[in-house]
Amino acid sequence: MVEDRRLGDAIAYVILTIGVLIVAFPVWLTFVASTWDAATIINGKLPLYPGPYFFENYNRILFIGTSSTTREPVLGMMLNSFIMAMAIALGKIFISVLSAYAVVYYRFPFRMAAFWIIFVTLMLPVEVRIFPTFKVVSDLGMLDTYQGLAVPLIASATGTLLFRQFFMTIPDELLEASKIDGASAFKFFKDTVVPLSITTIAALFVIQFIYGWNQYLWPLLVTTKDSMQTIVIAIKKMIVTSDALTEWQLAMATAMLAMLPPVLVVILMQRLFVKGLVETEK
Amino acid sequence: MAQVTLTNVKKIYPGGVEAVKGVSFDIPDGGFCVLVGPSGCGKSTLLRMVAGLETISAGEVSIGDRVVNQIGPADRDIAMVFQNYALYPHFSVYDNMAYGLRNRGTPKDEIDKRVKEAARILAIEGLLERRPRQLSGGQRQRVAMGRAIVRKPQVFLFDEPLSNLDAKLRVQMRVEIKKLQRALGVTSIYVTHDQVEAMTLSDKLVVMNGGQIEQIGVPAEVYRKPASPFVATFIGSPPMNLLPGTIDGPGIVALGDAILEARDLRQDLPAQLPVEVGLRPEDIEIVSEGEAGSLPFDVEFIEELGATQLFHGQLAGKPFVMQTATDAVSAQAGRIWITVDPDRVHVFDMKTGVRLGRV
Repeated sequence: MVEDRRLGDAIAYVILTIGVLIVAFPVWLTFVASTWDAATIINGKLPLYPGPYFFENYNRILFIGTSSTTREPVLGMMLNSFIMAMAIALGKIFISVLSAYAVVYYRFPFRMAAFWIIFVTLMLPVEVRIFPTFKVVSDLGMLDTYQGLAVPLIASATGTLLFRQFFMTIPDELLEASKIDGASAFKFFKDTVVPLSITTIAALFVIQFIYGWNQYLWPLLVTTKDSMQTIVIAIKKMIVTSDALTEWQLAMATAMLAMLPPVLVVILMQRLFVKGLVETEK
Repeated sequence: MAQVTLTNVKKIYPGGVEAVKGVSFDIPDGGFCVLVGPSGCGKSTLLRMVAGLETISAGEVSIGDRVVNQIGPADRDIAMVFQNYALYPHFSVYDNMAYGLRNRGTPKDEIDKRVKEAARILAIEGLLERRPRQLSGGQRQRVAMGRAIVRKPQVFLFDEPLSNLDAKLRVQMRVEIKKLQRALGVTSIYVTHDQVEAMTLSDKLVVMNGGQIEQIGVPAEVYRKPASPFVATFIGSPPMNLLPGTIDGPGIVALGDAILEARDLRQDLPAQLPVEVGLRPEDIEIVSEGEAGSLPFDVEFIEELGATQLFHGQLAGKPFVMQTATDAVSAQAGRIWITVDPDRVHVFDMKTGVRLGRV
């Protein structure tokens, strides 16, 4: 029996390893390509090990930029992307926690109507309402600004729904105990609801940060200035149709850099998840 | 400390359901009042109205000499212990107890003093830094009580606080609650569906059914002179036997062919008035056949409870239970003869359910 299980484990590991290799290989190739010079990549004989141009390529792309297509250094673009992603993630959490709190804990006229209106916006993602949204943003003079990048993407129902479901699992007795303990509605929110929601908030933050970071269509529309470009757009711009003009090693370095913040967010926030999960299980 | 007075209190939910139909009683300062009744009888709603967690549809609740109808739960000077304890899961035991005081702006050293004192009284001093989920049910129960004690309220409200505990712990905590309440002398209202808790804890017992009060009294009185067949069967275990009968004369009821003397019976009743005769299983004595005033009881089976045994069977064609000490008779099925102390025969009007006792 022990032998059988070992065999099963071995098969599982082989399959797992193959899966990891399939996923990891393109990433490795991207990294390798970002450490060679343009000539090595263009002649089609890219080795599978890193080359000697790592510092040169990354230094150039971070602080100087490509020579023709994007013109700006990638560091600035990363900052733009970061500001946009943070604004979207934090803005969404802020709005959805508050709106879910209102929908769950307050009895006001048209409460359910308000909830359903929020719910219906699930069917209207940015891509569907892109023209009216663009018109509004441009009329408000928010083109080429951070608020223009972030605000239209903050409005969404997913967070509200997530928090509503979570708040409904908080026992009513906690609210009643708070009332007897003399806590106001805001104090109950601050002292009890938010601390209990920390893991949900962390989950939503990860999802929304990555969602914001990976935005392509919307930033493409509302930014025209080079200084407001986001990194995801820059990658696309760097790859021009005629191969000769594409500085592949720089495009690959940019791709690597674009991958870093989401990966960091996942790794760092995962700790919080685990901590939250472990603590509730005690 | 304060007395609590309820005057014609009603709860009508939107949609017209009347959960509490005009209830009046008062609890003296330092009294321990237990509201008991089956689920859905309105006892919890009533408690929550005293707490301020439900609005009062009609009537008046006063604590001390203050009418509290329009006062929020935090300002009523009450503390409540919930059935599921409702401890803040993310606070330590210390913070759970201190939270209410902090919200009131009590000075820090005063909070510390009170929390430590409550912890000492409840023997949870070692647990102050723990989180509620690291505690056992009984410990959580103590913390919930500690949270109530530190507030030094005028009234304690208990909403079935022991029903989440196992049977052994329940008995232990019951005793502790009673001791604690005596020691602190705080007026208390306690809701339960458990008649043993109700009998042992209360010095004023309020039996409720269908949103109304069936009877108010000290536990012994409720047990000895139940005001209605509902109270008669609800209080006492196993429940009182109720048999249909008629009035046969002053102080005499007829049960089929047999007649029974009932000392606590109004004298002015018309003969043949249909009544319900209540006999508690534990009041019944076995006698030898043919003795005056004895009733034939056909025993069908016997339940052994250790110290006592229950005889189940038929009396005058109706199901009947009696309880007796295990050694009193040899346990076997068949016909036996029984009698009841005339002082312990309860008679209720068949139609109105009113106890037909001497005034």
